[in-house]
Amino acid sequence: MTWSATARGAHQPDNTAFTQQRLPAWQPLLSASITLPLFFCAGLAFIGLGLGLYYSSNGIVELEHDYTGDAGSSNCSVCAAEGQGRAPPPPCSCAWYFSLHELFPGPVYLYYELSSFYQNNRRYGVSRDDAQLSGLPSALRQPANECAPYQRSATGLPIAPCGAIANSLFNDTFSLWHQHQPAGPYVEVPLDRAAIAWWTDYHVKFRNPPLVNGSLALAFRGTAPPPNWPRPVYELSADPNNTGFVNQDFVVWMRTAALPTFRKLYARIRQGDYSAGLPRGAYRVNISYNYPVRAFGGHKLLIFSNISWMGGKNPFLGIAYLVVGALCILVGFAMLVVYIRYQDQTDDDDDDE
Amino acid sequence: MFRRTFSRFCAGEEKRVGTRTVFVGNHPISETEAYIAQRFCDNRIVSSKYTLWNFLPKNLFEQFRRIANFYFLIIFLVQVTVDTPTSPVTSGLPLFFVITVTAIKQGYEDWLRHRADNEVNKSTVYIIENAKRVRKESEKIKVGDVVEVQADETFPCDLILLSSCTTDGTCYVTTASLDGESNCKTHYAVRDTITLCTAESIDTLRAAIECEQPQPDLYKFVGRINIYSNSLEAVARSLGPENLLLKGATLKNTKKIYGVAVYTGMETKMALNYQGKSQKRSAVEKSINAFLIVYLFILLTKAAVCTTLKYVWQSTPHNDEPWYNQKTQKERETLKVLKMFTDFLSFMVLFNFIIPVSMYVTVEMQKFLGSFFISWDKDFYDEEIHEGALVNTSDLNEELGQVDYVFTDKTGTLTENTMEFIECCIDGHKYKSVTQEVDGLSQTDGPLTYFDKADKNREELFLRALCLCHTVEIKTNDAVDGVTESAELTYISSSPDEIALVKGAKRYGFTFLGNRNGLMRVENQRKEIEEYELLHTLNFDSVRRRMSVIVKTQRGDILLFCKGADSAIFPRVQNHEIELTKAHVERNAMDGYRTLCVAFKEIAPDDYERINRQLLEAKMALQDREEKMEKVFDDIETNMNLIGATAVEDKLQDQAAETIEALHAAGLKVWVLTGDKMETAKSTCYACRLFQTSTELLELTTKTIEESERKEDRLHELLIEYRKKLLHEFPKSTRSLKKAWTEHQEYGLIIDGSTLSLILNSSQDSGSNNYKSIFLQICMKCTAVLCCRMAPLQKAQNLCFILPQFLYQFFCGFSQQPLYDAAYLTMYNICFTSLPILAYSLLEQHINIDTLTSDPRLYMKITGNAMLQLGPFLYWTFLAAFEGMVFFFGTYFLFQTASLEENGKVYGNWTFGTIVFTVLVFTVTLKLALDTRFWTWINHFVIWGSLAFYVFFSFFWGGIIWPFLKQQRMYFVFAQMLSSVSTWLAIILLIFISLFPEILLIVLKNVKRRTARRNLSCRRASDSLSARPSVRPLLLRTFSDESNIL
Repeated sequence: MTWSATARGAHQPDNTAFTQQRLPAWQPLLSASITLPLFFCAGLAFIGLGLGLYYSSNGIVELEHDYTGDAGSSNCSVCAAEGQGRAPPPPCSCAWYFSLHELFPGPVYLYYELSSFYQNNRRYGVSRDDAQLSGLPSALRQPANECAPYQRSATGLPIAPCGAIANSLFNDTFSLWHQHQPAGPYVEVPLDRAAIAWWTDYHVKFRNPPLVNGSLALAFRGTAPPPNWPRPVYELSADPNNTGFVNQDFVVWMRTAALPTFRKLYARIRQGDYSAGLPRGAYRVNISYNYPVRAFGGHKLLIFSNISWMGGKNPFLGIAYLVVGALCILVGFAMLVVYIRYQDQTDDDDDDE
Repeated sequence: MFRRTFSRFCAGEEKRVGTRTVFVGNHPISETEAYIAQRFCDNRIVSSKYTLWNFLPKNLFEQFRRIANFYFLIIFLVQVTVDTPTSPVTSGLPLFFVITVTAIKQGYEDWLRHRADNEVNKSTVYIIENAKRVRKESEKIKVGDVVEVQADETFPCDLILLSSCTTDGTCYVTTASLDGESNCKTHYAVRDTITLCTAESIDTLRAAIECEQPQPDLYKFVGRINIYSNSLEAVARSLGPENLLLKGATLKNTKKIYGVAVYTGMETKMALNYQGKSQKRSAVEKSINAFLIVYLFILLTKAAVCTTLKYVWQSTPHNDEPWYNQKTQKERETLKVLKMFTDFLSFMVLFNFIIPVSMYVTVEMQKFLGSFFISWDKDFYDEEIHEGALVNTSDLNEELGQVDYVFTDKTGTLTENTMEFIECCIDGHKYKSVTQEVDGLSQTDGPLTYFDKADKNREELFLRALCLCHTVEIKTNDAVDGVTESAELTYISSSPDEIALVKGAKRYGFTFLGNRNGLMRVENQRKEIEEYELLHTLNFDSVRRRMSVIVKTQRGDILLFCKGADSAIFPRVQNHEIELTKAHVERNAMDGYRTLCVAFKEIAPDDYERINRQLLEAKMALQDREEKMEKVFDDIETNMNLIGATAVEDKLQDQAAETIEALHAAGLKVWVLTGDKMETAKSTCYACRLFQTSTELLELTTKTIEESERKEDRLHELLIEYRKKLLHEFPKSTRSLKKAWTEHQEYGLIIDGSTLSLILNSSQDSGSNNYKSIFLQICMKCTAVLCCRMAPLQKAQNLCFILPQFLYQFFCGFSQQPLYDAAYLTMYNICFTSLPILAYSLLEQHINIDTLTSDPRLYMKITGNAMLQLGPFLYWTFLAAFEGMVFFFGTYFLFQTASLEENGKVYGNWTFGTIVFTVLVFTVTLKLALDTRFWTWINHFVIWGSLAFYVFFSFFWGGIIWPFLKQQRMYFVFAQMLSSVSTWLAIILLIFISLFPEILLIVLKNVKRRTARRNLSCRRASDSLSARPSVRPLLLRTFSDESNIL
């Protein structure tokens, strides 16, 4: 019931395509004659792509070594044993010897891998102050509360960079030595440590606080380094363009990994004689073993890998493409059978009537 | 005096008990009597729910009564108070959005109501004050004011008619906006005030009206007017519903009237009938709520599982607090139970999006906008009355597709309610007109066939009875509108039957010329004018099913003429007369005609004195007037002589049969309620194909039960028997078959009033259902399918949205680490996925109009909320679970590598989440695209637009360092992600895998449908050739003309 008669739809509705719901419309019908070829085409395309991916993945060489030092597996077990239960562990170094019988094709990338390390833990992940890392002086003095318990040092000084992520910066270092001839001298292979972090991170997101009297150290005066760090942030590297918050290793570390087992880029090998890869011969990796992982049951690995257009070695994509492609073709055949049988049936029906 | 005080005293007990006293013109009657001003409400109508001031709190309160909104409010509060993984913005903003949109919608609807109220309240009325005509706003009318109403105006409040411009103090009223009956009804003024038809004279009236307190029954009114003329002795006259002009009714064919306001504003009968905008909940909303609870359960389970696993996992110390991730002192000291509780809440917050915040708002918007499509629809527009479909509430749109039962009135709904006199019988002799009349108005003296003639006196008596026993009025030719017929008389009556009868009599030479000075004038066959004084009219009512008049002839004889249903007349006449007429009546009834029997009786002057006294007494009664009147009527209408019977045809509505047939085909059960004779109704049912020739009729009537003492036993027996029959046929349907006419498959049930009351102990009701709305209902089915489809789809979306989040907990040490960035969490339901689903639900026509309208059986598939049943729900849920797994593990395996980029750089956890989210958004949108079978430019725009917006937004969101954000998590993540070929390939693959089951299903369905359609078209071709060739094309036409809601 309406209160007034005028409230009723008193005037004739507009006769437009929209109001009369007669908008021109495309009505696709996925009929068998369209979908069957589509299935076959998609299947073939997927198989093609899958093969490509599979072979490029297979073409990638990876060489990895677990240097955690568990049970005398390598000479790093000494360091591991020494560092057991001591924080911070004493400086220790060990080495990993390996030899290549053929060229390790370049460009070669050096990664370290940690396992059972939960960079994606929420409490860990939020424990940083991006404002501080962007060089904001106020944030430098006033680290965010999320950084606790790595917000202020025992003496009350603000920690820079604050937070658990920064505090747990990976601090093992590696150097690679190559022995051209057997029993010959080891020559150091140049490791390119530049441009291992995202360009935007390194150039935009991470900034040092404004220099005081041209000195970074003065800019950081009145702050404390993270408790686990042996030296303050402005001494991370001797290179003035790669120190402070704008340090490649630091920036790489600060991009928290998605999964508890993760790899991070350490260096690229692309200089001098090694631009084409690592030539055959004996190699030694000198490891300064600082980072304790056995406390939480983790492992440390070193990985040499080369990279193709699709990134690192990953058979998953190729196999998945192959499986889906095969499935498409299988289903296509099944549909074809169904289609033909139905068609026969309907023809029969037509005849009957 | 004592009684008045007494009743006023009683009035305190219950509002509608007792009486109110109204002083006409608010003039006090005398100085001696204390004038106690009773307080009545003003004439303002309020149908709106909110005012400007209470809108915010009231609307918010109502919105938060909704489960989902309340739930999100709780989540929001938890986020504000507890340290949770996502910021309060993520749920606060969508909630705010939803609440705002709903508030805007409801505010708009209420504004419309305000406007309508204002239109009514501010309309101009004329009030007589101090003998002057004063212009006022409608809302200023007070009880007791004398109001002037002109032709074609609606009455501003409930009025007692005092006088009209006609000499006999009558006026005509149509109550179309109250009860849908558009014919004119006559209302009367009391005799003593008829002459007061100017502003000056009406002002001199000193009268008080006593009437009952307001009550909602439109057809009941009991009152008394005490008129104080010069002598102080009051003259009391009774007032009944025939004196009351209802608010909302319209004055017709009368220049102007004066009336005194008795009920105003919210106390008018119309307002009392207005139930208010109670929140109606559709079945769809109910099942949505049910599914919400299922999801809530899933959510709680997930949170509980995660909390448990978290503490299991943390039982190893180096997992709980490794050296690189120390707790603060405060965290260490917190109670473990408290921590567990906080963790539980945090998980709830993390997974809370499993319940889609925007679902209600999407559903609501869909209904709201969908209702526009209904009112816009040109095919619902009636050229004659210039009205389209009117949507009073959008809450129940989808219910139109869920109709199971259609109740229809017979007269005026199935039939046109334009009666035509067909034949009559006088003392068993049949008189039939064979004129081929087109309109019964112009041709009178058509040739008549007398099969054999009755006695001349009896014939004339019969025709006089037809001319006198009615409430028909003559419309004068200076009427405001209508066809002006020069020498013709236009009859007006509340009942078209009566007009047909009067016209019928005219055809046989007796013409009713109208009332003059209280005399009814009739021109007889010899062109002489006979005058009869109308002494009393014993009005028709549906219980007595007869009416009578008592007239005085010129010679002074007093005659009573009575006409009514055969069942009402036969018991009251001499038995020996019945036989002859009865045969005619029954044959006519079988032909589907409405039959009336006519009887008369001579009343001796002495008897009349008594009768007169009794009638007046009963009419004056304030308490139980109706019972008293009925008793008096009953006494008077006895021992009559049967003269004859009439047959009047009520033509079927245009295409009523086709409609009924289509309704049947759609699986609706049609119940017809009628006051007609059973045979008449039965034949109408056959005529409109409610019953087919093959229909087996199950009759529950007095005839089958027989008038015996074992009536109830017999009834019981019959019921058992029919039940057995039906159950045998449909073993599963245990629905009660007990009520009225129903037609189920090949069974039809006929039940008459007395049997019904025997079963239910209640009298037969007449339901009125608009003919047009039946059409509407069948036509609406598609819209309904759509809203039904929408809900599970969207919920499933949210399940596959949140499942990866859940799985991620297993890889992040159950630390409640969110997988997606807060912006994505916030925007997912508002921006990325809401518009395509809305457009889909509004515009989709998954079966095209012609198929839909030609095959009403399709309707069956969607009744009973078919799309919201458990089956589809589980299907959607499992599909969503599958998709969620694909999203997560696909990305997980993709990340089992050193690098995804050709430059060897490494991605972090936000890239992981962004990949999952991108796959998610694309999958969900493309899935909808796959389901869309009707691509208008809007669909294209919205679907591709949403995807484009997602991409654009991601670039934008990641392209700037936002100063207000604590963490720049997403900075360049999206762009960096897109620089990797592997990621592209993985995204494409994962989308494809997720859509694969859906594609497969659609293709399979298409193969099947193609075959089915081919079979169908073959069958239909043969069908239309062989069986009922005349029906099919007509049916097709009916629906393609009438139903175009899509």
